[in-house]
Formats: sequence, C-alpha cells, structure tokens
Amino acid sequence: MKLKYLIPLITIAFLFSCSTDDNDDIQSINEVADLLLIKEIVNGDQTIELFNQKGMLETGYNQISMRLKDNTSNTYIEDATLSWMPIMQMPTMQHSCPNSAITKAIGKNTVYEGFIIYQMTNLDGSGWSITIDYTIEGINYTVTDTIEVFQYENQNVSSFMASDDTRYVLALIEPKNPSIAVNEMKIGLFKMENMTTFPVVDNYTIELDPRMPGMGNHSSPNNSDLTFNSSDNFYYGDLSLTMTGYWKLNLKLLNSNDDVIKGEDITDENEASSLYLELEF
Amino acid sequence: MKKLLTIILSSIFYFAGFAQNHEANETKKDTTKLEEVVISTRRKLSNHRQEKTLSSIDEFLEKSNNITMIKRGNYAWEPAINNMVSDRLMVTIDGMQIFGACTDKMDPITSYVDVSNLEKVSIASGQSGTENGHCVGGGIDLKLPNSKFFNSGLKSSADLGFETNGNFFATGLDLEYSGNDFFISADGMFRNSDNYNAGGNEEVHFSQFQKYNISLQAGYKLSETHHMDTNIIYDRATDVGYPALPMDVSLAEALITSVTHYYRPEEKSLKSLETKLYFNTITHIMDDSNRPDVPIRMDMPGWSDTYGLYSKVDLLNNRHHYNFNLNGYYNRSLAEMTMFSNNPSEPDMFMLTWPDIRTFYTGVFAKDDWHISENKTLSTSIRLGYHSNRIADPVGVQSLQIFHPEIEDQQNRFLKSVTSNYSFKNDVFGFSFGVGYGERAPSVSEGYGFFLFNSFDNYDYIGNPNLKNEKALEANISYSRTFNKFKLGIESSYFYILDYIIGEIEPNVSSMTIGANGVRVYDALNNASIFDIYLNGSYKISDRLTANATVGYNYGIGSNEENLPLIRPLSYFAELNYNVSKFNAAIQLEGNGNQSKFSSFYGENETPAYAVLNLNLGNAFYGDYGKFFLKYGIENILDSNYSTFADWNNILRPGRNFYVNLSYVLP
Repeated sequence: MKLKYLIPLITIAFLFSCSTDDNDDIQSINEVADLLLIKEIVNGDQTIELFNQKGMLETGYNQISMRLKDNTSNTYIEDATLSWMPIMQMPTMQHSCPNSAITKAIGKNTVYEGFIIYQMTNLDGSGWSITIDYTIEGINYTVTDTIEVFQYENQNVSSFMASDDTRYVLALIEPKNPSIAVNEMKIGLFKMENMTTFPVVDNYTIELDPRMPGMGNHSSPNNSDLTFNSSDNFYYGDLSLTMTGYWKLNLKLLNSNDDVIKGEDITDENEASSLYLELEF
Repeated sequence: MKKLLTIILSSIFYFAGFAQNHEANETKKDTTKLEEVVISTRRKLSNHRQEKTLSSIDEFLEKSNNITMIKRGNYAWEPAINNMVSDRLMVTIDGMQIFGACTDKMDPITSYVDVSNLEKVSIASGQSGTENGHCVGGGIDLKLPNSKFFNSGLKSSADLGFETNGNFFATGLDLEYSGNDFFISADGMFRNSDNYNAGGNEEVHFSQFQKYNISLQAGYKLSETHHMDTNIIYDRATDVGYPALPMDVSLAEALITSVTHYYRPEEKSLKSLETKLYFNTITHIMDDSNRPDVPIRMDMPGWSDTYGLYSKVDLLNNRHHYNFNLNGYYNRSLAEMTMFSNNPSEPDMFMLTWPDIRTFYTGVFAKDDWHISENKTLSTSIRLGYHSNRIADPVGVQSLQIFHPEIEDQQNRFLKSVTSNYSFKNDVFGFSFGVGYGERAPSVSEGYGFFLFNSFDNYDYIGNPNLKNEKALEANISYSRTFNKFKLGIESSYFYILDYIIGEIEPNVSSMTIGANGVRVYDALNNASIFDIYLNGSYKISDRLTANATVGYNYGIGSNEENLPLIRPLSYFAELNYNVSKFNAAIQLEGNGNQSKFSSFYGENETPAYAVLNLNLGNAFYGDYGKFFLKYGIENILDSNYSTFADWNNILRPGRNFYVNLSYVLP
C-alpha cells in the first residue's frame, strides 16, 4: 500500500484513539441519544430535561427518562434525588395518576427514570401539570410546570370502578411492538386510594380473551391469564396474536379471593367485556 | 402384443423409448393428441377415450380409470390416484418438480400445462410412481415431446373447438420446423368459457375461466450421440371462477423452463444419459372482488419457485434393465393473506399463510427390471432421499409457535421407498403381484399452513411441522384372462398407511374465517386403510364393434373408525365402440352408486347415485389439402342434474353439452 493511502488511515486511527480517551469523561457521552426530548423545565440554576422514545406524552403507560442540568457549569448532576407528582386539573377538583418513584437508570451516570400512567387527558392535550421535587447536596428544590399529554389512538389504559366500590387503573405496558406470535403481555394494575395515591394492587388475576371484532370476534389459542410478579409489581401473561390488525383484549379482573370484580365472559351474545384494552399493529 | 405388454410392465423407460422410436417413424403431427402410458397394470385404460382433440389435460386425465378428478369448478381440477390427492402424489412435468402456489389447492400442477405442451402422460400407482420423488398414492409425469430431428421441414396445424354449454371456445396453433441437426416448434392455445349450466339449465355461477398457453421447444444436435433441448412453457389463466369456493382467481401464471442434455451412445449397454436443469415460477392471485356478498374482503396471493436438476441413466445388461435417477430441487413457497376490515378505521389484517418455506430435496432412485424369461418379469426399485424444510421468515416461526411452542425453523427428514413387482403374461392370461413400502414428507400446507380455510369441511387448517413421515405399505394384484373374443380382468390394491396425515379438530381454538366451524390442526391417525378393486370386461363383437365395461369399488377407513373423505363409491362405466378407418363412434354410460360410506366426520355428505350418457363421434378426412379431424358429440345427453363424490361442496356438473372440435394439419 502506498504511503499516501496510509497517512489518512493512520490519522483517522489516531483520531479515534483520542476520542476513546475522551470516553472516560462520561458526561460528554449523550446517554439519551436514542430518545427524544419531551420538555425542558428551567428552574433557576437547574434545567430538568424529560425524554422518551416518542418525544411526547400520551395516555397510558409512559416510560420517562430525565436529566438534571446545572446551568452554571453546564454539567449534569449525577447524585440528585428526585420525585414527581403529576396532577390533572379538573373543573371542580384535581387528581393524580399512577406513577413510579424516580430512580437512577441502571448503567447510566446522568439519567434518572420512572413511569407515569396517564389514565385520561383533554382533547387538546391540556390539563396535566407536573411537580418535580429534587434534592442536590442537601438542598431541596421544587418546580411545577404544565405538560402536554395527548390521547393515544387506542384504549391502552382503563380507569374503572369495580364491584368492590374501588376505582382501579389498568394499563397495557407490553407488547409495545406486537408481532404474529405468542407475545409477552405486561400490565400495570393500580388502585385509586385517594386523589393522589395509586398503590400497586398485588395478587389479583387478570383473565385475558383477545378478539378481533372485525373478524367475527375471532380469538386466538394459547393465551394465558396474567398473574402478579412481585419482583417488579407488574402482571404478566401470554398473548397470542394470529394476524395483524385491530385486537380487542377483553379482560376480567379477579381479586385475591378469585371473585370477579370487573369484566364479563365473551359469548355469542356478549361480544366484548366491559373491561378491555386495544391493540393495533 | 404379448411382447409389448411385457415391456410395459417391465419398464417405464423402455416403453418410452419404444414409443418414441415408433413415433419417429410416423412423425406424428397432431400434437394435441396425447398418448397415455400406463405403468401400473392395476386399471387398464381404454385407448379409445380421446373423443376430443382439444380436451384439457384435466378432461384427458379424467378419462383414465386410474384417476379421479376433484372439482372445485370448471378449471384446474385436482387429480387423485387410489383415492389420494395432491399431497400424497408426485406430479411432475417431464421429471421436473413443480409446486402449486395456492394454499387452497386451486392450482394443481396439471392446470399449468396444456395438451399442446405434452406428448404423453405417465400414470403410476403407489410406489411405482417414485421415479421422480416420494409419494404414497402414485405418480403422474406429464411428458414433454421428444426431440424432433425428423428433417421434415416446416409443418403446421390448427385446432378449433366449440361447446354449447358455457359457450366454451378453444383454439390452438402449432408450428414446427424440423431439420437433421436442429428443430424448433412453437404452439399456442387459448381457451375461454362462460358459466356453464347444470342439468335443467341451472346456471352455475362463477364457473367461467380464460387461459392461454404458449410453449417453445428447440433442440440442437451436437453430434450423433449428443444433443440438447430447451423448453419454455408460459401459461396464464385469468378470471377463473371457483363455484365451490368462496374465492376466485384473478391470475394463475406459470413460467416453466428447462434445458436438457442427452447422450445416447449406440450399441452399448448404456442406452441413454439424460441431464436436465430446470427452473419454474408460479404466481397465483386469489381474490374475491367478483363476489357480491362476503363477510370480509381479502386477497390471498401465493408464489412458488423451484430450481432443480436430474440426471437419468438407462442401462441394459443381458436380462436386466437398470434405471438410475439422481435428482435434487430447491423450492420456495410463500403465500399471504390480507383482509380488509369492514370498519375503515381499522388497519388491514395480514398473515403469512405459507411462511416462506424453503424445501430442499436430494435423492437417488434405482430400478432393475429383470426379464427372467419371455413371460416373467421381476421389477424392483428403491428411492432414498434427504428432505429438509426451513421456515425462512421469522414471523412464520413465531406464528406457528402459537400452536406448536416447541418448533424450530428447520426440519430434516430421511425418506425411503422400495417396491417389487412380479408379473407373468402370456397369450391367454396375465398375472401380476406387487408389494411396496414408501414414505413421504408432509406437504407445505400440512407442515406449515396457517389458517388455511377448507370449504369442504368448513374448518380452518393449521400446519404441524412436527408431523412424522407418512408411511405406506401396499400390495397390489391383477389378473386377466382372454376367452376367445372376451377378455376379463380384475385388479385390486390395498394400502395400509401409518401416521396418516389428516386434520384433527382442535376444540378450543377459534376459527379465523368468519362462519367456519372451527380449527383443525394437521395430525396423524395411527393408521388408515384404502382398498380398491376393479373388474373389467371387454368383448369384441366384430372387427368394427367392441364393448367394454368396468365396475369399481373403493373403501377407505381410518384407525378412528371414521370413513376417509373423497373415497369413490361404487362406480361403473360401459362403452360401445364402432371403429372404421375414417370414422368412429362411441356411446358411453358412466355412473356412480349411492355414496353410502361418506365421511361426515371430515365434512362429506351423502352424494346420491347418478348416471350419464355420452355420445361421441369422429371423422377423419385426408387429401392433398391436408388432414382434417372432426370430433363431435353430446355429453350428458339426458341433461342430468347431478354431482359426484369428487365435486367439492356438491357443485353441479355440466348438463347437456354439444361439442365440436376441428383439427387441421397442413400437408
């Protein structure tokens, strides 16, 4: 190989080896490169950046990543503690929705994460605000800002009153990218204890009967009911999808005594359960 | 005659060679006239059945006693041998593997060729049909014409046909140039039919079709012992109605190509070495756009591409005649379904009904015909093969895992077949006895189909990649005896099939097709038995007048004590023939008894007895102007309104039909 070809190669190799050195400074890596920005909330010397895959919040389950920037040093704060409180302002009252604690994302230095399940929104995306409390080196901060939440095209969350006179919120988490296969189905189930408290409901059973109303209510085989997994507090089951299209995931909620507290069986007369989620792919 | 029959019994190839020499001498020009070769002695074919020169391959095959044609409409009938259909048969075009692209068997291979493409059809029962591949029921090989180094110059002929029922019209043109070292021939055929009427002028809707077929064959002699042929067939059917099914076909298209090298040394024990390379591709578009009322609109296209080769050796050594065939092919079968929701806001529904299945096969066949004496022959053949299926689309693997969680994307099989047949023949009586064992791999639908709707039993079918090989033990016997002018024959065969593949109801699975009864998943019965017996007699009243008749009985039952479907009930056929050199006439009576052993378990209902009467006549005119062949007659003279056990969903057969075919061969 001629020298004139080697020189650029060596130069490139050198440049790459230099950039490898830079990697020691994690802050220079964009740890949210695969995500889109939802919103930046500026609070004095700090800016809170909210990210997810779509760059927008929708009704249903939202996995959210956050960074907290020190505006003076232009660096990301790695050892803050954060909590949040989403609030929906209604004409006469206000309420919150199920949400997780905010934790440091595993394997990342600058990213914190959690989820929020919006059970409803206004048609124009208005109504919701978020209050974020955070502590940096013993100093507490708080900030509140409005945040847009859009209506998702399908029913991926259901908020309902069960026969035990309790309001529940049930949200579809997986499959996010369904395929013609036996998909793992993951659901979050929460109880509305009061306007702002939505604890996880454990050890219930969610019976599943997926149907295609457009195909004479065709069902699929080898589905399994969802059961509670105490390691991450979600419900898991198998969802078979035999073709692409619109699926209605009919559900029945059974409490820990196996009493049906919401939903009905699908029969020739009853085409759908009053408790259902929707899926399209 | 005695010698000829011995040869028929002993060898496919010897006979093919014999016929070919014979034809070479008379340089046969009427290419639409097919010659039938019956390898098995089980059911003899009357050689005077070709009443229409322009009959389709389907009609032609139907005239063979060995074959019944399952009908879903007026086009693309599905052949059955020994009461077994496509999956259990090996249907090839001149040794080439070719697979239909329709998940609902609307395009048997026989629908992609026309009589003008072929010279003869070899039909073999049971394991004697394994020359080109593994089968259980038998094999059909549609033979392309032999090389035509006749030095006869330019020849041409034309055909024209019309039938009153359905305004059926057919026309064909054939051109051929033949030199000493080079030949080229081309032919085209066009067929068109409207809806036909069943007996009593009852119109059978969606029974129309249109198709054209063109083929080109050329050959070049490299030397006295080497020559090469190339053959291209293009076949295109459009607007094909299937009255027995909920969908029609807007396009069925095939391109079938091959290049063959022949080596025929003279005066050696090696008679011939034939090597063929081939490729064929099929596109099949099923749709329902012409149907007024459907629960949901859908498109179901399918594709099938096959690449293959074979090499055949023909050896003669004293009293032994050996055939070897080394062959291999690679097939890709893909079919999908898109359904358009009646609710426009819902997305289209899609699934892979054949999830891109790649089949690879390689095998070897060997056959020895041992002419123990002039009267006695012992034929033995063996075929061994390696067969593998791979699901190339990961979505296909996942789809099938809904029903079969423990499957992988590839299944390999080793297939074996062996058969032996002893025959004895002299002037007054003939006898043959054969036994065989064979295996077959599941077809693509049986192994990998996904929600294939079968309108016969109204169930959706799911394939099963874990199926075992289907195995068949068979025995056949035939006996014939001539008493002066009277000849009597009896033929019978018995198949004991282990792991008989059939759909089993999966009670807790909901059907996909709206209105279907449920879902069946392909599974295997422990065993099934199929038995048939035919008795035939012929009487030569005079040199010009002959009568012949056949009575047959078939029986099929599974180990679950249920009758098997599509088993022919008691059937009979009688014919009176009058023949002089330029004129022939025949009157035929054909019928079935009541189908009492129908299989309600597999969706059949009882088909009542029927009988139809046909008359056909033929004239030939020779002169300086060329040759004319005029064939005409009446089918279903009494205009019976009937259907048979072989009619899918009891669709009615055509009522009275007047037909006329005219063939003109230029001098």
